[in-house]
Amino acid sequence: MLAGDAGPAMQLAMRIVCRMAPLYGAGSLLPVTRAHIDGVILAGDAGLEFAEGLAELGGRVTVPTTLNVMSMDRERWRDWGQDPAYADRARRLGQAYLRMGAAPTFTCAPYQTAAAPVFGEQIAWSESNAVAFANSVIGARTNRYGDFLDICCALTGRVPAAGLHLDEPRLATMVIQLGSLPATLVQRDDFYPILGYLLGPLLGDEVGVVTGLDAEPSADQLKALLAAAASSGSVALLHLEGITPEAPTLSEALGGRNPTRRERITFESLKQARAALTTAAGGVVDVVAFGSPHCSLAEARQLASLMAGHRAAPGVEVFVTTSRAVRDLLDRSGELAILEAFGARVTADTCIVVAPLIRAEARTLMTNSAKYAHYGPGLLGVDSVFATTEECVDSAAAGTIVRHASPWDD
Amino acid sequence: MGRLTSIQATPILPGAAEGEILASDVPLSFWGGFDPDTGDIIDRRHPLAGQNARGRVLVIPAGRGSCSGSGVLLEAIRNGTAPAAILTSHVDPIIGLGAILGDELYAAYPVIATVTDAERDLLQTGDWLSIADDGRLTISRRES
Repeated sequence: MLAGDAGPAMQLAMRIVCRMAPLYGAGSLLPVTRAHIDGVILAGDAGLEFAEGLAELGGRVTVPTTLNVMSMDRERWRDWGQDPAYADRARRLGQAYLRMGAAPTFTCAPYQTAAAPVFGEQIAWSESNAVAFANSVIGARTNRYGDFLDICCALTGRVPAAGLHLDEPRLATMVIQLGSLPATLVQRDDFYPILGYLLGPLLGDEVGVVTGLDAEPSADQLKALLAAAASSGSVALLHLEGITPEAPTLSEALGGRNPTRRERITFESLKQARAALTTAAGGVVDVVAFGSPHCSLAEARQLASLMAGHRAAPGVEVFVTTSRAVRDLLDRSGELAILEAFGARVTADTCIVVAPLIRAEARTLMTNSAKYAHYGPGLLGVDSVFATTEECVDSAAAGTIVRHASPWDD
Repeated sequence: MGRLTSIQATPILPGAAEGEILASDVPLSFWGGFDPDTGDIIDRRHPLAGQNARGRVLVIPAGRGSCSGSGVLLEAIRNGTAPAAILTSHVDPIIGLGAILGDELYAAYPVIATVTDAERDLLQTGDWLSIADDGRLTISRRES
């Protein structure tokens, strides 16, 4: 491949994979059976030139490859007022990856599609939340592959043999002990993104194991936890004792070794993390957004049940960001109509931080997503309000921030 | 310029570069943290928020957050808004990839090297730093 016998696209891809190997500490490459591409987000001209260049050189993926969110809703971009020139560039970028043989999944939650990997599978995934979920919850094996390296791995079917592809680096080196918390807290949906947001900076890029979590979190709760941890830190693998597959016991998660670090999570530190997710002083809400990572069908249906019979206040933009697959199911179940009757824009293929969807004058973004709350100020120039799903829906209807009494107030 | 200090860094993507140091103890995500059109640090929660990193020597412990950071750095290289060099305490593949892609696609890249945490403490915002091909850093202290 390096010599160019498999074509110039493969040669360039292989050269980049080989140059990256030492940065991962790898002396060789290993094969993967699946790839997920993040480079389909329109970040500027460089990404477009690279993807179109590879497609033009005849690049073709050699393993099943899914695509991350892109920068437009391919079906309804006009309904959301996306600029035609921008949409054209976003479409060209998506087309370049489709020409190379990737599947048009366009979602940041590929682990909730039919293309999800299985335990132990070697994969080349990008998108920080997807990497964390695949490693932690499924037990598939991937490092965090950045834009453009992901497509190089998909073309070559190879990754540097290092890091989380190997056994030893998957063992926890750090133990996170949850202190005594109010019993009602760990049942709440908002506990998980808050815990994740707190863990991100504590873990850095270390592998940790959480112990003392007396709950059976759903896939959606784990998704929120890991997306938050991968936003506030570089978490790529996090074990939860008795919950995730490589941590049936604390000792197994640690590989029988002593941890190099121990941290204790207190109620007080969780409260601080929760407060840090909100940068707005209060008052009026301009935008309410759900779906980072993309809403699962279950999450979207919960929204439909909360929104049914209500209506967003005038001037409040409501976004439910999800995949085309989920939106189609919502359409057929009748729940899309309920969400739209509330005033929600149910977008597919994209989300509010990878495409200009919210109005430019918006100042305050309310969300149940720690990832949206984290990136809102930098990427959208808004202040964030992090809240529960119910509080977000009620605030959208009221037009001002509504908070409910909760164990966080204790 | 004041006295000179010299440090041996470990080159990851070697080259010669120089610039004014922009340093922080807090990891930075290029995605959501750096504007490739201007070179501004835009993560409002980051201590360097509002500073411009174009042509400077960015010194941070590590990258952070999204894998999309490589693309942002590549775009900055294409636009000429990238730092002249990026020094971290840990090898950061997301940052390294952006720089390697810059080299492959545009024959331009920020020099990437690692230093120890203790050495990183010697690299302070406002000082002038030059990097040689072999990773030798020379710091010119600002008079104070």
